[in-house]
Amino acid sequence: MYKLLQIELYKIFRRPRTYISFLAITALVGVIQLGLVKNGDDYVNFVMGNVMQSFSFDGKLLNGYLVCYILLQLLLVHVPLLIALVAADMISGEANMGTLRLMLTKPISRSQFLLAKFTASAIYTFMLLVWIAFLALFVSMFLFGVDDMVIQKTNYLVQLPVGDVFWRYVGAFGFALLSMLSVAALGFFLSNFAENSIGPIVATMSVIIFFTILSTMSIPLFQKIQPFLFTTYMVNWKEFFDPKVNADNAVIIGSLQHPDRIIQSAFILIFHIVGFVGATMVLFKKKDILS
Amino acid sequence: MKRLLITAVAFLSIQFTAFSQDMTALVNKVKAKLDQVNDYVAEGSMKTDVAFIKAPVGRVKVYFKKPNHFKLKRDGGISILPKGGVTVNMSTLVAGNDFVALSSGDAVINGIKAKVVKLIPTTDNSDVVLSTLYIDETNLLILKAATTTKENGSFEIEMSYGKFISYSLPDKVIFSFNTKDYKMPKGVALEFEDEEKLTDAEKIKRKKGRVQINYSNYTINKGLDDNVFK
Amino acid sequence: MQSVIKVSNLTKHFKGLTAVNDLSFSVNKGDVYGFLGQNGAGKSTTIRMLLTLIAPTSGEIELFGMNIKTHRSEILRQVGAVVEKPDVYKYLSAYENVSLFAKLSGVKVTDKLVMDQLAMVGLASRAKDTVKTFSQGMKQRLGIGIALVHNPQLIILDEPTNGLDPQGIADIRNLILSLSKEMGKTIVVSSHLLSEIEQVASRLLIIDKGKKLVEGNANELFDPAQTIVEIETIDNAFTLQQLQQSRWQSILQPQRSHSILLKLHREQIPSLHKSLVEMNVQVISLQPRHNLEDFFLQITSNNQHVQAFTN
Repeated sequence: MYKLLQIELYKIFRRPRTYISFLAITALVGVIQLGLVKNGDDYVNFVMGNVMQSFSFDGKLLNGYLVCYILLQLLLVHVPLLIALVAADMISGEANMGTLRLMLTKPISRSQFLLAKFTASAIYTFMLLVWIAFLALFVSMFLFGVDDMVIQKTNYLVQLPVGDVFWRYVGAFGFALLSMLSVAALGFFLSNFAENSIGPIVATMSVIIFFTILSTMSIPLFQKIQPFLFTTYMVNWKEFFDPKVNADNAVIIGSLQHPDRIIQSAFILIFHIVGFVGATMVLFKKKDILS
Repeated sequence: MKRLLITAVAFLSIQFTAFSQDMTALVNKVKAKLDQVNDYVAEGSMKTDVAFIKAPVGRVKVYFKKPNHFKLKRDGGISILPKGGVTVNMSTLVAGNDFVALSSGDAVINGIKAKVVKLIPTTDNSDVVLSTLYIDETNLLILKAATTTKENGSFEIEMSYGKFISYSLPDKVIFSFNTKDYKMPKGVALEFEDEEKLTDAEKIKRKKGRVQINYSNYTINKGLDDNVFK
Repeated sequence: MQSVIKVSNLTKHFKGLTAVNDLSFSVNKGDVYGFLGQNGAGKSTTIRMLLTLIAPTSGEIELFGMNIKTHRSEILRQVGAVVEKPDVYKYLSAYENVSLFAKLSGVKVTDKLVMDQLAMVGLASRAKDTVKTFSQGMKQRLGIGIALVHNPQLIILDEPTNGLDPQGIADIRNLILSLSKEMGKTIVVSSHLLSEIEQVASRLLIIDKGKKLVEGNANELFDPAQTIVEIETIDNAFTLQQLQQSRWQSILQPQRSHSILLKLHREQIPSLHKSLVEMNVQVISLQPRHNLEDFFLQITSNNQHVQAFTN
């Protein structure tokens, strides 16, 4: 299995297409950071205009932690599309290249083959997220410094003390990994049904976009089905940035307002990952390789 | 009949005089006690307590220099304060002589009897429209002040005294103010769960806020550079 | 004789189509087993079933005496295969492709192993080039090199000469013969190029519409009395005229543009040769054929394909 995994990783990282995602992320993050370096204060004043009518803020509102939060809000909607590029190509790409039949005439079980492929795409996803973390968090901290993190929720404002932020990002990125893995698992599943990568890639992207729209619109009909869509739970990395308050309305350091939401969402995403990968394995074992 | 009239007028005059009794002397005594302090640096913790703000307690340093230089600096981190600043120093409220101090009865503040004194500015260019002070006559301490300003609305300050009572420096100050309610569009906040509907009581709560400072230490009359207030 | 492949009552249904129908055959150790059939006869489907790419609808497959369902990995360690077009990773070099598949086959990968393999198929000089720069023939050779890298005992080649030029075809033929005679490998070759199969196969299986038509030793399948001899001379028109006036007239076959065909007993060939010399015919070549084409055409059911196979 380890040997198979090595081979799959080798194949992924020898392919130029893999690096498109890393380049795209670098460009995206770089452009946004540049924009915020130049006009970040104006952006903050605009976004917080409502609350700034009543309050004055003393300190570095636009700091690395806030910038990372802004970046994550933007990226985690679009990164699934980049994940689909690799994950949805895993089986159909091999079929298209004709290498699938060559691989499966080797003394490796189909289950191991698939597991190695999914694990490789999971590692790719992880590395992409690490890269995002490096750019969005560490480079932002370097460019903008650190201070307390002030973020706006729908009904309230949250101020997290500077020493209470970093571990939340570790948690958020960990949760984001689960979100992205569920996208990868979906792409992997759809990849099973085609002998050309374009179909599964487009199908995965379409499902993500469609489900995300359904998850985010406050229409009563959609709200009934939202609990059943995994995209509804993908945004709950933000729960890491919502602390509890004590009786005096002071933030409790190291706390979470809704840990239950995080746990529930994590389990649902894991369920989807296991479900998609499991279904892929069941179907693939019986599949006639005609490509 | 004439006698009755004279008695009535005299009685009413006394009452009127008693009602609008000049409290300048009391205020001056309070001022005199406050004047002991030329400058101080105070350390403490500050908490912005607003229904729609989740904020941590922060360390603060407060600087004061006669007659009315005042600065509140957060010791690291971001401070969220009501616009117009936080006036938590009594000296600044009673500084100068351009006011009329009138008695407005008595009250009990946190179990302490207090004289209610209304300070009405005599100059037009004062930002303050009216201040109501609740003064502990025995100890010459301002327990509470309710102020209405032209630019920054109304606020209240409540003080509790302890270790530094002899200098009229409080252990705890609560600065209360009015605020606009807060609302962020869901699409901007990227939150799409069903929001909990706010009750009327909660909505009212969201229109008021407090800043509470608990002082742990004062360094008094050790001298302060004016640059600190820039 | 030990069976390397034993197929019993193999059947495969696809939706609305029976691709393989109750097929049984066996391949012995050391055979070069020719697997013949027209396009769509079921050759590739059968080969894919042997390699577990497709699951049979019914029937049993045993390789090396082991059931393919229960001993798949063990069996495949000893099998090297090229299934139709040998597709490899175009963005990797020839060297990288061979290394990768060698690793998958459980072989310890060394530089010498990989380079020897590439040298065997004539690609040593292109080892570091990416496959996307290769011609079809080079890809074919690379595919064969990959199939052989782990020194398998059974080699299955599905249309190995596809896309190759005459030299390439000859190279593959020689490779097959060398693997068989010198290394004792068992080889299954499927093709629609009868002339190529004829030259290498020791045993044949001919299928049509998924059913076995005939199986047996190549020599035994053909009636020596029905040997086709192909003659090429300096002046074919003159030669034909001479033969039409001779005792050989009755055995003349429909002619080709560049040669003359006669059907006779193998033992009469020397006599024919002598007659030609006496007629002053200048012979360029005189080739006896197994008559595989005619045999094939006789036993397969679709006569519309006659023209396609008679060139």
